[in-house]
Amino acid sequence: MDDQASGGTTSNTPLLVLKGVSKSFGAVHALTDVDFEVSAGEVVALVGDNGAGKSTLIKAISGVQPAEEGEMWFEGRRAHVHSPQAGTALGIATVYQDLALCDNLDVVANLFLGQEVTDGGPGPVQLIDETAMEQRSVELLDSLSVTTLQSVRQEVASLSGGQRQSVAIARAMLGEPRLVILDEPTAALGVAQTRQVLDLVKQLRDRGLAVIVISHNLANVFEVADRIIVLRLGRRAATFKTSEVTHDEVVSAITGASLAASNGASGEGAR
Amino acid sequence: MTTEAKPAQAAEPAEPRIGLLRQIAHGELGAVRVVVLLGVIWLIFQSQNDRFLSAVNLTNLMLQIAAVGTVSVGVVLVLLLGEIDLSVGAVSGLAAAVTAVLSVKHGWLPELAIVAGLTVGLVIGLFYGLMVTFFGIPSFVVTLAGLLGWQGALLYVLGDTGTVNLPESTITDLTNTFFADSVGWAIAAGCIAAFITVELLERRRRQAAGLPVGPMASFLARAVVVAGGLIAATAILNSDRGLPLAAVILIGFCGLFAFITKRTRFGRHIFAVGGNAEAARRAGIRINRIKITVFALGSMMAAAGGILAASRLLAVNQSSGGSDFLLLAIAGPVIAGTSLFGGRGSVWHALLGALVIGSISNGMDLLGLDSDVKYMITGAVLLAAVTLDAVTRQQRQQAGRAA
Repeated sequence: MDDQASGGTTSNTPLLVLKGVSKSFGAVHALTDVDFEVSAGEVVALVGDNGAGKSTLIKAISGVQPAEEGEMWFEGRRAHVHSPQAGTALGIATVYQDLALCDNLDVVANLFLGQEVTDGGPGPVQLIDETAMEQRSVELLDSLSVTTLQSVRQEVASLSGGQRQSVAIARAMLGEPRLVILDEPTAALGVAQTRQVLDLVKQLRDRGLAVIVISHNLANVFEVADRIIVLRLGRRAATFKTSEVTHDEVVSAITGASLAASNGASGEGAR
Repeated sequence: MTTEAKPAQAAEPAEPRIGLLRQIAHGELGAVRVVVLLGVIWLIFQSQNDRFLSAVNLTNLMLQIAAVGTVSVGVVLVLLLGEIDLSVGAVSGLAAAVTAVLSVKHGWLPELAIVAGLTVGLVIGLFYGLMVTFFGIPSFVVTLAGLLGWQGALLYVLGDTGTVNLPESTITDLTNTFFADSVGWAIAAGCIAAFITVELLERRRRQAAGLPVGPMASFLARAVVVAGGLIAATAILNSDRGLPLAAVILIGFCGLFAFITKRTRFGRHIFAVGGNAEAARRAGIRINRIKITVFALGSMMAAAGGILAASRLLAVNQSSGGSDFLLLAIAGPVIAGTSLFGGRGSVWHALLGALVIGSISNGMDLLGLDSDVKYMITGAVLLAAVTLDAVTRQQRQQAGRAA
């Protein structure tokens, strides 16, 4: 049940390492003793069937729902992420599947939500510096080649799915993170918009960021990921280097077939 | 990268140009819509009774709406969160009673009694905030319980007599003070100067940062409208008793909280929590703290409104803050376009809504209509406004999905 191709670890030490992470919700064991690692400049795809624990794992990493057991190491140091703020402070940015945007606010306000640029006034009366925020928003969206927005002062409610995804990813980039987690970034997107998002993911990697992508779409996974980590029933079932694995091998690892047949059996697994 | 982006651009059609009329219907120019509504109401009543738009009556109108408008300021804050406070009427009555009893029966300084009344509101709001955040009880229920409880507390505080009359003091002066003409002009001039200065500074900052600025003509048009409105209002008020202190209090509160909600981090977070609480939480916003603060401010504004109401009535009695006071305080901002679903609205809607409701009430009094007709017409206006809010919301969602 452990790594079939543990050669995934690159030469340098991984940016993020998880050891023995467990989490349960009542009687349900969402994660059991999961190890995980991702390096800078690497895209790791986290795949698995529904309920395999993918979302629980990224929530543990980002601090939204801290794990009950296990250790986390970030940049070689022990890290304790008990809140989303702690995760952000560490340099972990997460783009959730539901994007977590405020429909009633404009693009600028959403990009800077919770990290508004202020004039540094005392306590609660910190005045928002709209000009600086708008300026940085335009620069940021340009640098990510997000060109479809009519205006950064548009309400997010009026944006299309692809535009929302772009805004959400841009927001993740704002805090200059070291690790970006993308939860189903291409779900519900059209062909052209999917291409745009995948290019965005490659761009993040080329900038030297560590990227974790959750996806059900194996074609997308094979296009952007350097390594594929398979979760099954809350455990890490397999790890592959994308260049050394076939579609079918990943599918059988997801369904559990690879546990029965030692390697590379096609989908017909005993369960 | 750029070459890749192009097909995506083609696949996503640009937003259709939205006509002015549709913008108004969509609530994006909500304030304009309400001003038009107000103008229509005024014209109707003026055509029925030419004393309606007289200086005396318009001054009376300002005095009549000061209390309910002040309560509405707090209501807007709570509505922006997507919560509701059904007890603002009861809290206003209780706070006024505490103020009156302390100053009349216990001989407190009026100023101290006012502070005590405001503190009562603040503490009640803190209590609501804690109940809503820590126990997850819907604000609807918590404040409904509060509505009953504080009405009882009002009766208890008033004691056997049931009525406390207010002799002339700082408390009654709140709604019985009128500024000299020169002071009124000075305040109007100050407001106009401040408006123009702030707008021009913002233009210059945006230009310096290389950001697009609106056409100069639209800025000038807005400046003319604001200046003209303030000058006309001052001239009218000065031709009667002068600028009332109560109006300054109400507009001052509106300005203060409009500034807080639009310009500060705290205000931005109120909108965020009201728009998508989960998104706000994940963005690291401490939503419990925001909610508790807003409930506290909301109840404190209810207390302030109650004290203004007592000041105008010259008494606090068992029906203070009762009857339709609560409903009008909530109906006003909603009529003006603040959403009941949270995240959309403006503190200025408290003033606009109070003007609309106050004008209807005042006009029907002038026409000598009975309460039965008054209630039904006010109800119909409220229903129409809430329907518009719901329709606007649906259209916005569909537009978002379709785009």
